Amino acid sequence: MPQANNELINAASRVDIDQWVAKYPADQKQSAVMAALRIVQDQNGGWLTTALMDAVADYLDMDKIHVYEVATFYSMYEHKPVGKHKICVCTNISCMVCGSGEIVEHLEDKLDIKMGGTTEDNRFTLKEVECLGACSGAPMIQIGENYYENLDAERIDKILDELK
Amino acid sequence: MANEVCFRTLHLDEPWTLESYLSVGGYQSLKKILTEKIPADDIIEQLKISALRGRGGAGFPTGLKWSFMPRQTEGQKYIVCNSDEGEPGTCKDRDILRYNPHQLIEGMAIAGYCIGADTGYNYIRGEFWEPYSRFDNALKEAREAGYLGDKLFGTDFNFELHSHLGGGAYVCGEETALLESIEGKKGQPRFKPPFPAGFGLYGKPTTINNTETLASVPVIVEKGGQWFLEHGKPDNGGTKIFAVSGNVKRPGNYEIDMGTPFSELLEMCGGMKDGYKLKAVIPGGSSSPVIPGDQMMDVTMDYDGIQAAGSMLGSGAVIILDDKVCMVNALARLSHFYQEESCGQCTPCREGTGWLSRIMHRIEHGHGKQEDLDLLDKVAGDIMGRTICALGEAASMPVKGFLKHYRDEFQYHIDHKKCMVGAGSK
Repeated sequence: MPQANNELINAASRVDIDQWVAKYPADQKQSAVMAALRIVQDQNGGWLTTALMDAVADYLDMDKIHVYEVATFYSMYEHKPVGKHKICVCTNISCMVCGSGEIVEHLEDKLDIKMGGTTEDNRFTLKEVECLGACSGAPMIQIGENYYENLDAERIDKILDELK
Repeated sequence: MANEVCFRTLHLDEPWTLESYLSVGGYQSLKKILTEKIPADDIIEQLKISALRGRGGAGFPTGLKWSFMPRQTEGQKYIVCNSDEGEPGTCKDRDILRYNPHQLIEGMAIAGYCIGADTGYNYIRGEFWEPYSRFDNALKEAREAGYLGDKLFGTDFNFELHSHLGGGAYVCGEETALLESIEGKKGQPRFKPPFPAGFGLYGKPTTINNTETLASVPVIVEKGGQWFLEHGKPDNGGTKIFAVSGNVKRPGNYEIDMGTPFSELLEMCGGMKDGYKLKAVIPGGSSSPVIPGDQMMDVTMDYDGIQAAGSMLGSGAVIILDDKVCMVNALARLSHFYQEESCGQCTPCREGTGWLSRIMHRIEHGHGKQEDLDLLDKVAGDIMGRTICALGEAASMPVKGFLKHYRDEFQYHIDHKKCMVGAGSK
């Protein structure tokens, strides 16, 4: 297992993490752990390694186990490599009644992968997610920081084309 | 009239800017309170008159909640906003953050004044990047303009506010799980008592309110509790945002008077899409029991009206189910959700949500047994009342509701190994 190493967190990420640490009382650095994990995950191309989690523990003076607990509890942290674009597809009730089933089918066909999979060229990962809180725009997906709403197969094609 | 409270900037270009907010009288309530030294008790009294109840789903009276805080005792206290909007069907707080973030900031500052807190946190769900950016920009504008920081309006009142981003966990919408999450831990709810007003964030007295609740406060202060109350009904004061989803012509967020008939709300949405008929409504987010459409047409949209019909106003998320929806399929999806989101802390919920989901899965796919119907009901009943937080209830109530009104569809799936709605699609 690699040694915990603060150097794994690059300078830009440190600046970003420090801004989060400053939001909380001086003796509550741990409050920044969720932000720190997100920041190093982004730095690493969308997923966390044990070495990165250990580096976060080091950086925030936390026990490693407490970082692992947080990193495995919340659904937005990834523990395996993901494609350049992670496509999160909501299939919960509002999206379901508005046709998320067809959206899933279209994406799986188009990308030739199943839900949870990554394309061979590592460009796309498909992930089924729970309600993302954009129900009046159902069906919807999230890619990166962006929400895409009121979707059909045609719009999906356009969105993916623009990402390429 | 619509959009008079949380959405009062919505008619403007770039409604989210400080300039837009100031043009509708923004930050004047905070200024008045601070410069005229209006006692906190007077504001809380107005909130009690307004009958504002928690808009996140629990419906607890806001004025009463604020009065629980030990204002007179020295020491750090916190105001926390719950923008972890995750109850399936609910998408209203997202639009407050996107379109009127300053009103939430003002509401939180007023809350801070009333409960004796000089620091606030707004917990925004991690997926809400655009709403978070809007809110953070608004924080920056407010700081620069002197609406946040030290000695606001030249008084002794200091107030600072920060956003906190979640990481994807429905249970963090439960207020004590949310506090754990801000503290940098797994979001597992705390056993209560002690309640947050005594032992909250970092062990300090804390009040947690929903986004819509806090964003309503500046207008209540400006126009008075009675004005707000009269928009609704006794004990059901004010306007409320109803987030309508499903196959209606114009799904969306509608901020309207509490007590508006559901039939009128459906009309505002343009009615059902062509080719779809109203079958049923989940009136207050996925946890609230389903109500058949014809019954719903006689229900008014307020806490008491929906409760009388056997469900809950909840978060105000109105999920329209049409005649093409298989109720077995719908409940199976919801049960899967609760299994995914159970935090695993309490055995009845951790195990029970798994049972519910697996039983629903086998009924949906034609492997259901006759005794499964009673088993579903029993498992749901056995979870209820036996867990630390309400996620157990939230998983159980839909089961009870769907079985009560649509048992025939479940029976059909068991008898015929296929769906009666989708003409044998399953």
